[in-house]
Amino acid sequence: MKINLTKYYYGDFGGDENAAGDEVKKTNDDASAWPLWEIFVRSKQGLDHKHVGSLHATDAQMAIENARDVYTRRQEGVSIWVIESKHITASNPDQAGELYEPAVDKIYRHPTFYVLPDEVGHM
Amino acid sequence: MNIQHFEQLFQSKIDKEIKIEPKDWMPEAYRKTNIRQISQHAHSEIVGMLPEGNWISRAPSLKRKAILIAKVQDEAGHGLYLYSAAETLGMSREEMIADLNSGKAKYSSIFNYPSLTWADMGAIGWLVDGAAILNQVMLCRTSYGPYARALVRICKEESFHQRQGFETLLVLSKGTEEQKAMCQDAINRWWWPSLMMFGPKDSESTNNDQSMKWKIKRKTNDELRQQFVDMAAEQVKVLGMTLPDDKLKWNPTTKHYDWGEINWDEFWAVVKGNGPCNKQRLAARNKAHNDGAWVREAANAYAVKKAKAQAAKEALEAA
Repeated sequence: MKINLTKYYYGDFGGDENAAGDEVKKTNDDASAWPLWEIFVRSKQGLDHKHVGSLHATDAQMAIENARDVYTRRQEGVSIWVIESKHITASNPDQAGELYEPAVDKIYRHPTFYVLPDEVGHM
Repeated sequence: MNIQHFEQLFQSKIDKEIKIEPKDWMPEAYRKTNIRQISQHAHSEIVGMLPEGNWISRAPSLKRKAILIAKVQDEAGHGLYLYSAAETLGMSREEMIADLNSGKAKYSSIFNYPSLTWADMGAIGWLVDGAAILNQVMLCRTSYGPYARALVRICKEESFHQRQGFETLLVLSKGTEEQKAMCQDAINRWWWPSLMMFGPKDSESTNNDQSMKWKIKRKTNDELRQQFVDMAAEQVKVLGMTLPDDKLKWNPTTKHYDWGEINWDEFWAVVKGNGPCNKQRLAARNKAHNDGAWVREAANAYAVKKAKAQAAKEALEAA
């Protein structure tokens, strides 16, 4: 079986030939540079954390403090997740066809596939 | 598949309004154009803090000081959103900052003009941020996903900037004779440079056609500039002030204002580094960067020390 996941250096960076992130590895090898973190914010209790952007920080604590200053200046959040970007594994857009193909012909997974008489009412 | 095929696929995505994301194939020129435009935009936010930072310590009241600090802080945040978007295209933050500090990269020329009086804080908010907002609202629909998302966030925050600027002028316009004169003087000095913010005329802009085709831009420089003139020509009446252009006149046929001519020699002089404050701005950026070096190094050293302590603690617990 073909494995459709490829590990990249940065979650949102890099891809196949001529994707944007190819050069990151070449240019971002300065050891003094702070690592990149991806930031997720829960806007209120009961909702999911949502990706809002990224920033540089030396460690997780600093990433959270910077994220507070950058992404929640107007009470946009009640909770913040941070993860170093290099730990994110992303699917490859060039393989999207094969990856999602198995779902295409299974229309019986949707409720509208089943035709019921009107007398049934809302179901 | 050959390169033409990839280019066709790419253009068909753009035509269908499908956003381009960082890992998608893209023509090298598209990547380069976006890096140039997004990083310049980021640099403008960062340098844009300087003319206003000039007045934080001299704001006329605590309220105005707090507002100005919040606005400048927003601009630092906007710079960060944009740098992050540009980084997804494969240029590192360090490289971008180095290009700004060395003078290799450009930023919006408007920030090479000095902020001489308190009224300039109002004129900058109303005119400079007003012009920037027109451009940024258009860019919320730009074809590169991370850039568009950054702009949506920026636009949400930016509208307070323009409103507070207009309100600052409104207060001055109802003040003493000196305050009224200060208000008019600030408008006179910032009007033409604000019109220059939209860039060269369409007939002389080298990047317009391709950027429109790739939907990096949605409106041309001249279209945005006209939109801005139409807007400001009405708003200035509320202030009871005038715009410094004797050719400014409503044209009932075109349903737009006619107006005079930008001094393009001045425009190119400032772009090429000969504006009133180009040298001071770059010097201030370099000083801040160099003076802050020890903070960046100390933060790194502290992170290494903490990580070592944590590793030692875990090893001890495992043993």
